[in-house]
Amino acid sequence: MIFAASPSWNPIIDLQEMWSFPFMVNAFRAGTIVAVLAGVMGWFMVLRRQSFAGHTLSLIGFPGAAGAVLIGVAASYGYFAFCLAGALVIAALPRAGPGGYSEESAVTGTVQSFALACGFLFVALYKGFLNGINALLFGNFLGISTGQVTLLGVVAALSLAALAVIGRPLAFASIDPDVATARNVPVRALSVAFLVLLGAATAEASQITGTLLVFALLVMPAATAQALTARPGRALALTVTIGLLVTWLGLSVAYYTPFPVGFFVTSFAFAGYVAAQGVRHTRSRWRAGTTEVSPTPTWTAP
Amino acid sequence: MIWPSFLVNALLAGTAIAAAAGLVGYFVVLRAQVFTGDALSHVAFTGALAALALGVDERFGLFAATIGVGVALGALGGRGRADDVVIGSVFAWILGLGVFFLTLYTTTNSAGNGNAGVNVLFGSIFGLNRSEAVTAVVVAAVIAAGMVTIARPLLFASIDNAVAAARGIPVRMLGYVFLALVGAAAAEASQAVGALLLLGLLAAPAGTAQRLTTRPYSALLISAGLAVGEMWAGLALSYTVPALPPSFAILAVATGGYALALLSTRRRRSATRSVEASGLSSKVNH
Repeated sequence: MIFAASPSWNPIIDLQEMWSFPFMVNAFRAGTIVAVLAGVMGWFMVLRRQSFAGHTLSLIGFPGAAGAVLIGVAASYGYFAFCLAGALVIAALPRAGPGGYSEESAVTGTVQSFALACGFLFVALYKGFLNGINALLFGNFLGISTGQVTLLGVVAALSLAALAVIGRPLAFASIDPDVATARNVPVRALSVAFLVLLGAATAEASQITGTLLVFALLVMPAATAQALTARPGRALALTVTIGLLVTWLGLSVAYYTPFPVGFFVTSFAFAGYVAAQGVRHTRSRWRAGTTEVSPTPTWTAP
Repeated sequence: MIWPSFLVNALLAGTAIAAAAGLVGYFVVLRAQVFTGDALSHVAFTGALAALALGVDERFGLFAATIGVGVALGALGGRGRADDVVIGSVFAWILGLGVFFLTLYTTTNSAGNGNAGVNVLFGSIFGLNRSEAVTAVVVAAVIAAGMVTIARPLLFASIDNAVAAARGIPVRMLGYVFLALVGAAAAEASQAVGALLLLGLLAAPAGTAQRLTTRPYSALLISAGLAVGEMWAGLALSYTVPALPPSFAILAVATGGYALALLSTRRRRSATRSVEASGLSSKVNH
């Protein structure tokens, strides 16, 4: 932050002071929208074990935004165009079986690096933009306009509505794709739809947290919640709550310190995750003695 | 023609770094640990900036962070392979920490290099001096020697972990040694192409090599060779077209090579693993 106000430690006065600035109000509005959307999407992402795809989508936003700035368009359009296109490309790639995982991840890794390299090229071509590169990568909540908040809200509402429609079959297809296929659930179509929604959510969140930190909002609240409870409904509610708390806290602390919001959001989220893991461990030791019960599905090697 | 010294340094360091990255990258891809490589790339960023903020040599922070975290990830995930969500959470936070150090560095050293963050993220291979280049070569040689030493048992353990363990290969130990080597290679590669792009240097040549041959040792050599060739081509491209940053040029060549390999070879991925596995276990039987 440019100026470092000091808090009075009275939450009501502090909130009033922060919200007397329109940019802070917009930052809180945008942060709230983003936290809810990213939380819900992240819950499905962790359930479907698609964190690598989610991460790729978040990185693809960087060349999008840098390219948009280079040709003189608002960065928002760049984020959406690239993240949605990236989601479609990932969806179009053949979904690898257990044996093909290594190649799939090699392709994803290469595409990620190339996307970042392109972003760097755009930034290098657009001279005098070197300071903006940090805002693109690590987020900036100072310059969010009311128009941007509206756009974020509309996209979030549409994405959540779409997710509400496909939510039940998607959860089914995520937990047991074979049985779901046997019951005529359109597993493939659901997977494409989910990736597109994930792309939209990533594009949204990137504008607040930056492309490198968006992943924190996607993965950490969901992972924390799933470590604490195995029940889907409760975990989803918990995910959104954690996301909101972390974002609000992060914004408030960043307002009073010279350090960027991304640092605080990720730190709070990570502290929550570590605490949840601790709770889970003590709980399972109480309950089952020696064998550890793990509520989250862990990725098993092919 | 006399080559400018920055180009000689870049070629010297680039060649060694690319060879090490190609060797390590082959196993990273084979063991499906690309996500680990990805996490390390973020750790490299934070390590380097932490060192800068504390006033220590940048490379010290780089190596300490990547090797330490590489081994720690193996321990966290158990069985030497870390789990996606654990890695995801850890590296998201590590990046946040990196931003903190970046701010600390740029605000406390107002006279310091304002582009430090960008250089760490995207590399500055043309900015290496001779002693840095020589150090990079020495470290790369150590990594390559280590990789060649453990290549055979590691290959066995990567393809069939259970059988390898049953035959008395120290699978767990190998996993840790390998992750430490990946960490060192990541630190090396981030000096060439930057912390954010080192994954491409690890994954692209290795993925290409796996496409071109099913024989593991040939693939290992092809991977290293390709990485070196792509490094040279990228440096040459960036030198002749100054508008292209070197790290972009290297990544562009590597990605292009992989895309060509993907397009020109027919899909044979399902056959690959069974052929490799049976070929290796029959060799071990003798």
